[in-house]
Amino acid sequence: MRDRITAFLVLLPSLVAVGVFVYGFIGQNLWVSFSDWGKNPTQALALRPELQFVGLENYRELFSGFVDVRFRQSVVNLIFFTLFFMAGTLGLGLLLAIALDRGPKGEGFFRTVFLFPMALSFVVTGTIWRWLLQPQGGVNVLPTLFGFPPFNFPWLTTRQQVLVFDWNQLPFYTALAVGLTLLYLAWQAHRGGERKRLFWSLLSSGLLLLWALTLGRNIRLLPYAEPHGFSLALVGVILAAVWQMSGYTMALYLAGLRGIPVEILEAAKVDGASEWQTYRYVIFPLLAPITLSALIVLGHIALKIFDLIFAMAGLDYAPTDVPAIYMYLLAFRGNQFAKGAAIGILLLLLVAMVVIPYLASQLKKEVRR
Amino acid sequence: MRKWLLAIGVALGLSALAQTGKLEIFSWWAGDEGPALEALIRLYKQKYPGVEVINATVTGGAGVNAKAVLKTRMLGGDPPDTFQVHAGQELIGTWVVADRMEDLTSLFRQEGWLQAFPKGLIDLLSYKGGIWSVPVNIHRSNVMWYIPAKLREWGVTPPKTWADFLATCQTLKRKGLEAPLALGENWTQQHLWESVALATLGADGWANLWNGKLKFTDPKAVAVWDTFGKVLDCANKDAAGLSWQQAVDRVVQGKAAFNIMGDWAAGYMSTTLKLKPGTDFAWAPSPGTSGVFMMLSDSFGLPKGAKNRQNAINWLKLVGSKEGQDTFNPLKGSIAARLDSDPAKYNAYGQSAMKDWQSNRIVGSLVHGAVAPESFMSQFGTVMEIFLQSKNPQAAANAAQAIANQVGLGR
Repeated sequence: MRDRITAFLVLLPSLVAVGVFVYGFIGQNLWVSFSDWGKNPTQALALRPELQFVGLENYRELFSGFVDVRFRQSVVNLIFFTLFFMAGTLGLGLLLAIALDRGPKGEGFFRTVFLFPMALSFVVTGTIWRWLLQPQGGVNVLPTLFGFPPFNFPWLTTRQQVLVFDWNQLPFYTALAVGLTLLYLAWQAHRGGERKRLFWSLLSSGLLLLWALTLGRNIRLLPYAEPHGFSLALVGVILAAVWQMSGYTMALYLAGLRGIPVEILEAAKVDGASEWQTYRYVIFPLLAPITLSALIVLGHIALKIFDLIFAMAGLDYAPTDVPAIYMYLLAFRGNQFAKGAAIGILLLLLVAMVVIPYLASQLKKEVRR
Repeated sequence: MRKWLLAIGVALGLSALAQTGKLEIFSWWAGDEGPALEALIRLYKQKYPGVEVINATVTGGAGVNAKAVLKTRMLGGDPPDTFQVHAGQELIGTWVVADRMEDLTSLFRQEGWLQAFPKGLIDLLSYKGGIWSVPVNIHRSNVMWYIPAKLREWGVTPPKTWADFLATCQTLKRKGLEAPLALGENWTQQHLWESVALATLGADGWANLWNGKLKFTDPKAVAVWDTFGKVLDCANKDAAGLSWQQAVDRVVQGKAAFNIMGDWAAGYMSTTLKLKPGTDFAWAPSPGTSGVFMMLSDSFGLPKGAKNRQNAINWLKLVGSKEGQDTFNPLKGSIAARLDSDPAKYNAYGQSAMKDWQSNRIVGSLVHGAVAPESFMSQFGTVMEIFLQSKNPQAAANAAQAIANQVGLGR
């Protein structure tokens, strides 16, 4: 009993601090996002602003309002950035780790070289890469070293977009993606012989796909077509981000590769597995938990990215905009505090979507132990 | 041990004494503009040697970073004693309507500033019967810069209207100049837009846009975007990556023929690049705006709850005085807001601007805070993006009007 009280007292200060400074402020931010703070200029920066409750109006404006087209492009940018950043970082990190695992000469040297970018801050990385990606210098003049004409791709200043779609189709695509994911889960359940899971995932997937293909196609968020797509100006930003973080995944994967017991690999060899088969059926499955941890860490970095883009393209350039930057612009330049708070809540939800399933699975594991 | 305690005690005592005599000046004048502010501070120290001046400068062009820092400080209840702000709606629409500033009318009376500053400027600083900040300088926004020797080489003359400009642009393109107009990042594009708008709408139409009499969706206002789009076709495609100085550099290097920029470009070319105004580089009102002076002004205000109020008022007195303005402006590359300043202290460009300031029709700049509140300006960047992405004048006009309605422009 005494121990319990002592333990509680020891924990109390941090509980109170976290309660106030994390959850209390999240709660306040949520309340601000439901208010009209900033709509009325006489109240926006008053000493004691009077706020009106407006419900979900700020969120509605962000997703279907007339002037917040820039927010929608920033969301699309964020999705593409996250996808390419994670794929690039994991892929490059794995390749580097495999190369180093084979024990080349000067392994320690290369390990340091590859890990080094992670020691820099995103602001430094951004500044270096902004220089490298100048239209008349850096990367673009590389081919001249080999006697070829220089590229003239305007890395960070192009307005070109690919994979363009109409924002009105977003519900359709979302439902399609979720439906297909559920279908995949159903397939997994079928193979695992879990009948109950098979039934539910098949049912929800079927309903979603049905909705997407019938009603979902006709939903209109906006009264006009609004094209959004993968902005090519982001390619440079993704390059810099991958350069910075792939050393980290390399270190993770290298540790994982070194942790694989030699017996298993020898057993695979004895069974007559080719090199590729060893990787495909033995090594990669063993690396899966590492990939998951890396995805969580990279995922929340990607979703909160701000400083790298700030340093590379500045705040004002919409083609490289992400929600965190738009939030800063709205709140601290435009005095639209409520709308800024709404974006903050949306970002929190996005990060929670990445982190909570991971935490839940970890907790489950601990309980099982 | 004793000694240490004594030393600490003395240090604490001294800092407590000094606290009664401090003045914190919040501004965004760093780099090229820093020396002008420092000269002004030196003058202040001569007059009030007991006061410790804290120069709280936050770098970033046009105050983009400083304004955010100021906002967090004000919201956190820690206002600086005085802060730099663009005169006009940027101050009024943000801080005055929120009841955060002190009315300076009595100071204006006492110092005789009602006569010293032109009436058009006083009007811009006034709201609901009060005058809210002390202007230290005047810049002109609608100026076109060029290198006379280069123009002679290409055989063209500075265009007088935008139609004229587009024709000149075609001529230059035929002569192999890829982008006759040098353009920089986002805000300089808005800066170009305001020159095009002033020319297309005229001085009255421009004023009506900001008092709500002319809608952005009016065909006349939509036509601004139309012309703007054509002008953009003459500009470099990598604009978003260039600062305004780099855009000026293109003109100086002969990679472009013209640049539309405020007259801090004159300061940059004459002070930093050591070019001689009038011969090495020259200027004209931006096409279609001769006889109109689109102004912006840096000013200082007095926030409510300033910790060292009297020191701040002394600073404001200095800022508005003839001596203060004639110390500051020749170094800054701007002209004095007062009508009685000494032309001999200014270079050829400054003298020509002073002549125009006293004779031209005066209107306020959008990008530099004179005519629209901050809540409109910051979102005007989005309007610009909508236009640059879609190249659709109507869409941009609709968005601008939607934002104007949202922030209650002209109300």
